[in-house]
Amino acid sequence: MLLPPALYSRLAGEPGAAEPLPVERNPAAGAAPFRFAPRPVRFPRDHEFFEDGDVQRHLYLRDMLTQVSETPEKSMVPEFTCQVAGCCQVFAALEDYQHHYHMLHVNSCSLCNRAFPSGHLLDAHILEWHDSMFQILAQRQDMYQCLVEGCPEKFKTSQARKDHMVRLHLYPADFRFDKPKTNRGHAMSAAADLSARALKDDSDAMEICSDPAAPSPCRRTFSHKIPSTVCFGQGAARGFKSTKKKNKHH
Amino acid sequence: MVALAAKGLFLKLERGKTAKPTYQLWNSSLTTPLAQSPRPHNGVPPPTQAPPFTPCRDWTSHCWRAGIFLAVAQYQPPQALLLLASTMWSRRQGRFRTLACGVEELRCRRREREAALRKARKEQQLVSKRLLREDAPEEAGGQSAVVLLGEAEVQQFLRQAQRGTDEKEREKALLSLRRGLQHPETQQTFIRLEGSMRTLVGLLTSNRALLQLEAARCLHELSHSEQSAVAEACLPATSYLLTYLSGHSSDFIELCLYTLGNLIVESEAVRKQLLPQGIVPALAACIQSPHVAVLEALGYALSQLLQAKEAPEKIIPSILDSSLPQHMLRLMHPGPKLNLGVAMEFAWCLHYIICSQVNNTVLLTHGALSTLALLLLDLAGAVQRMDDVGLELLACPVLRCLSNLLTEVPVEAMGEQMELRDERVVAALFILLQFFLQKQPTLLPEGLWLLNNLTANSPTFCTSLISLDLIEPLLQLLPLSNMVSMLVLTVLCNVVEKGPAYCQRLWPGPLLSCLLNTLVLSDTEVVGQSLELLQLLFLYQPEAAQAFLQQSGLQALEKHQGETQLQERIHALQETAIHG
Repeated sequence: MLLPPALYSRLAGEPGAAEPLPVERNPAAGAAPFRFAPRPVRFPRDHEFFEDGDVQRHLYLRDMLTQVSETPEKSMVPEFTCQVAGCCQVFAALEDYQHHYHMLHVNSCSLCNRAFPSGHLLDAHILEWHDSMFQILAQRQDMYQCLVEGCPEKFKTSQARKDHMVRLHLYPADFRFDKPKTNRGHAMSAAADLSARALKDDSDAMEICSDPAAPSPCRRTFSHKIPSTVCFGQGAARGFKSTKKKNKHH
Repeated sequence: MVALAAKGLFLKLERGKTAKPTYQLWNSSLTTPLAQSPRPHNGVPPPTQAPPFTPCRDWTSHCWRAGIFLAVAQYQPPQALLLLASTMWSRRQGRFRTLACGVEELRCRRREREAALRKARKEQQLVSKRLLREDAPEEAGGQSAVVLLGEAEVQQFLRQAQRGTDEKEREKALLSLRRGLQHPETQQTFIRLEGSMRTLVGLLTSNRALLQLEAARCLHELSHSEQSAVAEACLPATSYLLTYLSGHSSDFIELCLYTLGNLIVESEAVRKQLLPQGIVPALAACIQSPHVAVLEALGYALSQLLQAKEAPEKIIPSILDSSLPQHMLRLMHPGPKLNLGVAMEFAWCLHYIICSQVNNTVLLTHGALSTLALLLLDLAGAVQRMDDVGLELLACPVLRCLSNLLTEVPVEAMGEQMELRDERVVAALFILLQFFLQKQPTLLPEGLWLLNNLTANSPTFCTSLISLDLIEPLLQLLPLSNMVSMLVLTVLCNVVEKGPAYCQRLWPGPLLSCLLNTLVLSDTEVVGQSLELLQLLFLYQPEAAQAFLQQSGLQALEKHQGETQLQERIHALQETAIHG
C-alpha cells in the first residue's frame, strides 16, 4: 500500500481537519432493493472477528520467559550491616538488603518495632495500640475498622472485627495481624489465639536480632525496650531469647 | 478450564479446516440494530481513597550510616535499582535465542499452537497463565534438570526451611523445594502432604525476607499448574498475597501479582474468594506504584479478572466504581513515561471492560477517547521508528477500544469531540494499516473496522480521506481478501453516501475500474456490497453510470444474475445505467 508522503508530515503536524464537504443526501440512496446505511459497528468480546488478535495475545502471554543471561547480576558489595536500630542482619548484595528493608523496616512502628506489610496496616496498628484517645473513644463507639481496604464497617472489639473479616471477607481464621493487647511480655493469650499453631516453634527463630533488653515485663505502649518482633505472620516474642549474633544474608 | 498447551506439548494440526467466511458476520453486524442499554451497576460502595504511594524513606541515610555510601552513590533510591530489572515485555526481546531446532520446525510449532488456541477460543476456553521464573535449568544445558521430589524429600525440605537454625540452610532448602515444584508430580506430592500449604504460608509471612521471596516463588510455581487441584491448593495464601500488594518490595509484589493472575483465571470459585477479600481495592492501591514491572504484572492480573465469564455482572461494576479506570488511562497516556508493556496490558483491560458494555459512559467521562486517540498517534509515530518490538500487540487492543467506544458516542456529538475532528487520527490509522500489511496482516480487518466507525457518521473524516489522498491506498487493499474487500467497500460507501460533493472528488479516478474488478469475483457478499456502492455512485455522479456502460459493466453484472441475493439489485442497476 503506497501512502502519500505528505501523510507522515501531516501526522507530525497540528491537530485539526479540513472543513468538511457539504453533505447532501438523496432519499433514493439506499432505498429498496438497496439497503446500505452507514453505521458504526460494535463487536462483543467473544465475536469471531476478534479471533486472530486474541490468539496473538495469548501466544504472547504463554511465552514462557525463562531467562538466564538477562537476569541482572546481583550487585555484590562488601558485607554490611543493616543500620536500623535493633536489626543486625548482614548483607552482601544490595538487592537482598533492599528486599529486607522494604519488608521489615519501611512500615515498622517506631514505638514497638513491629513490622507491617503495608502503610495501611501500620496506621491501623498505631491507632489501635498507641493512641490513648482511641481507647477512650472505643468505650463509647465502634472503633475497630475492618482491615480490608474499601470496607467501611467498624466494630466494638478487635475480636468482632476478626469475625467479620472471616465471615464476610473470607479471610483465614488464623490471619495474623491483630494481636489483642496484654500487659505481659507475651503478645497474646491462648484464648485469643485462634490459629492452629503449627508454626509456634518458629516464633523464636523468626525473631530478628534485637536490643539486649532486660527481661522485664514491658509496658504495652511506651517502652522502647520491647524486643523486635514481627506481628504479621508470626508469634511475638515469648521471652527475650533475642540473639545478639549477626545473621548473614546472601 | 485450565490453560492448554504448556511449553513442550504439541497438538495435532487440524487439517482440511476451512474458515467460515467472516465477512458474512460483518454484513450481519451492519444490519442488526445495536443494543443500547447499558447494564446497571451493583450497589457496591466505592472504596476509600487509596493512600498515595510513598517511596522508601531514609534509604540513602541508612546506606550512608552503613558505610557503603560509595557503592550506593551510583544508585538512586531502590526504585531505580528496579529499573534495571526486566519486565515480561522487555524480556521478550531476548527470547529468540538459538534453539536446537530449525526455523521450519519453529514455524510448524507455532502454527500448531495457534490452531490449538483457536480451537480453545471457539470453545470459550481460551485462558493462559504466565510464569515468572528466573532460572531455566532445562535450557541452560549444563545445569541439572528439574528434579522430581518424593514425599519424604518434600517433607524434609519443608521442615528444614521452617525450623532450620542456619539462615542459609533454610534458604537452600526452600530453593530446592522450589526447583522440585517445577515438576508437576512434585506439585501433586506437595499438595497431598498434610500441612504443607500451611507451612508454606507461614514461611511466606515470616520475617525473613529471603525466605518470604522463596516461599512466594514456590506458590507461584503451584499457581501456574494446569491441574486445578494444585492451583486451588494455593487458596489459603490469597489474603496474604493481597495484603502484600500494598507493601514496598517491588520484586515481591510483582511475584504476588503474577501468582494472583494465574489463580484468578483458574476458576470462578477462586474469584468468589478473591472478590470479598478485597482484590479490587488492593489493585487500586497497588496501581499507584511507580515500578514498571509491578504495573505490568498488575495489568496482567487485572486483565485475567476482566476476562472472567461473570465479569460483566460481578466484577466490572466495582472496577468502574474504583479509581482503576483513571489510573489505567493515565498509564496509557503518551509521554516520556509511557511504557509499552504496561500500556499494552491496560489496553487489553480496557478492551474487556468496553466490550462488556457495562457502563462505557464512565470511561468517556474520564477522557478515554482522547487518551486512546493520542496513543494511536503515538503508535503511528513509533512504527516508523522502531522495528520488531511487538507494537502490533499494543495496536490491536487500542484499535478495538477506540472502535467500540465510538459506537457509544451519539451521532450528534460526533462533531463535538475534539479527537473526532482531528484528521491526524485518520493519518495515523493508515500508517498503522501499512504496518499491519507488513507485520501482521490478520490485523487489517480490525484496523479497517475502526476506519468504518470513524467515517460512518463523520463528514469530517470522510473529507479527510479525500483531502489526504487516501482513497487510492484504500483501493489497493481491495484484492487482499474477502473480509478486507467487504470492509474497504463499506468505508467507500460511507464516503460516497454523503452526497455529490464527495462523489465529485472521486471522479475521475480508479474507483470504477476497481469496482469492476470486484464484480469479477464470485463471492456474493462482496459483490453485493459493490452493488450498493455502484448505486450510490450512479445516483450522485451520473457520468459514472455512462463510464460503467462503456467499460462493459453490464456484462459483469450479468454474471451474477442467477444469485437470489443479488438479483433485484442487479436489475435496478441495469435499469439505472441504461435509462439514467
